[in-house]
Amino acid sequence: MNRYLPLALLAFGILAFATLMLVIAPGVQIARHSVPPQLEPYTEQQARGRAQYVGLGCVYCHSQQPRSPDQAPDGERGWGRPAVAADYVYDQPHQLGTMRTGPDLLNVGARLPSEAWQLTHLYQPRAIFGWSVMPAYPFLFEIKPAAEPGDTVVVLPEAFAPEAGVVVARQEALDLTAYLLSLDRTYPAPADALRDEGYATMESGS
Amino acid sequence: MPLTIGLLLGLSFVVSVLALAFLIWAVATRQITMQKGDAATVFGAEGAGHPDVDGTHLFDTTGIDRISARPVLVLIAAAIFWLVVGSLFGVGASLKLHWPDWLTGSAPLTFGRMRTLHLNLVIYGWLSQVGIAGMMWILPRIFRTPLKMPGLPLAGAVIWNLTVAAGGWAIATGWTDGEEWLEIPWQLDILLALAGVFFVLPMIQTARKREVHHIYVTGWYFLGAMIWFPFLFIVANLPGIHYGVEEATTNWWFAHNVLGLWLTPLGVGTAYYFIPKIIGKPVYSYAVSLLGFWGLALFYSQVGIHHLIGGPVPTWVVTLSVVHSVMMFIPVIAVAVNQHVTVARNTWALKQSLPLRFIAFGALMYTFASFQGSIEALRSVNTITHFTHYTIGHAHLGAYAFVSIVMFGSVYHIMPRLLGREFAWPGLIRAHFWLVVLGFAIYFFALSIGGVLQGLAMLDATRPFAESVILMKPYLEARSIGGSMMTLGHILFALNFIGILLARPGTAAKPVVAE
Repeated sequence: MNRYLPLALLAFGILAFATLMLVIAPGVQIARHSVPPQLEPYTEQQARGRAQYVGLGCVYCHSQQPRSPDQAPDGERGWGRPAVAADYVYDQPHQLGTMRTGPDLLNVGARLPSEAWQLTHLYQPRAIFGWSVMPAYPFLFEIKPAAEPGDTVVVLPEAFAPEAGVVVARQEALDLTAYLLSLDRTYPAPADALRDEGYATMESGS
Repeated sequence: MPLTIGLLLGLSFVVSVLALAFLIWAVATRQITMQKGDAATVFGAEGAGHPDVDGTHLFDTTGIDRISARPVLVLIAAAIFWLVVGSLFGVGASLKLHWPDWLTGSAPLTFGRMRTLHLNLVIYGWLSQVGIAGMMWILPRIFRTPLKMPGLPLAGAVIWNLTVAAGGWAIATGWTDGEEWLEIPWQLDILLALAGVFFVLPMIQTARKREVHHIYVTGWYFLGAMIWFPFLFIVANLPGIHYGVEEATTNWWFAHNVLGLWLTPLGVGTAYYFIPKIIGKPVYSYAVSLLGFWGLALFYSQVGIHHLIGGPVPTWVVTLSVVHSVMMFIPVIAVAVNQHVTVARNTWALKQSLPLRFIAFGALMYTFASFQGSIEALRSVNTITHFTHYTIGHAHLGAYAFVSIVMFGSVYHIMPRLLGREFAWPGLIRAHFWLVVLGFAIYFFALSIGGVLQGLAMLDATRPFAESVILMKPYLEARSIGGSMMTLGHILFALNFIGILLARPGTAAKPVVAE
């Protein structure tokens, strides 16, 4: 090959084609699906909590996309029904994730709906699960000599409690918990649900 | 749905007709015939048969290198700085996965941020910069044309490095765009794109004003990469238009193409230049390299959605990416035939050239990483390995064992020819090689074996999720050991680099007068 311009044009054309196939065409297809009526936009506090979730990098260990029973026992683990494209219309940035160092969280609000549990777990995961490798987030909390009116005190076993005073959730921890509790896509999947059915066809089709 | 399928069929038809027209044009105007001597473009005016294993005897005989020297040196120095910093964050993140209560006091040091810092610093700080440095060194040589506008890349390097630093600061403080590989805020990405223009313009200008007729295969990869990456980077970072699952497909279209259409062409192109150059013989079958290049462009550009197998995306787009992932066997075998056969017929050169050891090893890892990737994309395999540390091992086989290790060799080969003096401590180069190769072997096998066990545990409904976490711990500890060895190798690399920079001026060879 001896000329720059044809090389550049063809190289660009191939990538433009790939963009059409991987970005534009699925985008058009996804946009034509209706929003499930039960899915609600995030409240202001939930959105702030989501920003914490994004900023702290929770996605690097937690996916938000339960698989279908044709592929994996996600449903049996309580992670929810198979996720569909319409479940994510209010998500920006998306947090689908590619890793399960920890469990899937798309329905954690339905599975673990206690604010007190979530706060304890964020302050020190090993206070609940000795085997956990999740980071502790003590910087989302503060230790006070005594709780003041309006404070949310974190419930802790003695081994993890401070020597004096109480652990109180900062606003960031309360926001993050509000977001986690909002994660609930247990409503039935819409009739025109869009998702990768490749594993279902593998079993019934061949 | 019918509209989409009709649309796709119509588009496929139009694209096929266009491609056919292009092919007829290319055949009619003899664009794809290559002369026998074209493969010898790498050797310069003196032709093949002269191995380039001694660092200084060919010091700047043409006057071309001294023009590229300054931007190349600045980019390499900055890249090595980010390599060391980025590796330290990598080790830190690795340790945190088995010491979860270590350094939990402040948000910037939490796992989610240290891991992100590691990725962004090594991709944008180290790999991209050292790759651009290699392009700026190699392109003027294969075009036998001094780098045009050589001041521009210096300005680019200043902007690029300040922005990478600012991006690191943003991630550490929680200001992020929040998608894997796209974390640096888009406001800062504008500056990266601007710096990119400053890097790319001089190289395209050099290509257009070149003094040889033929563009050597390395040039195809580099010129392609310079088209692809800016397009990918700008489209993926456009703020406000991507959301939900569409954003996820854009995310993985981008992220896999960073590897496939940016880092891979940098690594493959660099290897395509240095392997024949160091050995002094042309690559085994130059015609096959056409297949390797266009195959890569066509197939690699569409593999990204294999990161969303089993997810909430249309089945057809997942299947499309799986098919293209498997098709990658074709270009990879084409490159393997050229590069590995050339090395295998000239193993004497591995003894004489330490840089070639890195480059040949890295090129071999490209073959392995690609084969592994093609197999990993199969639905039956992916169902086990997806969501596990196996993927992290695979990513490092590609970005580290292949691209980074080729770049180590590239820097070791360039520096003596850029400065006219040898490295002060060749022993450190050997130590660097063995530390990163052995460290990487530990890293890779630990994550691959552990990842499969983790995946099998997660698929088994009778085993609680906790089992998949507990069984990973020894493998994660082994990964920390391997990663620390690799980082130690990088520190030796940096020391040797500082050593050759600071060597007493008297030890430099006298430059040969330009022709």
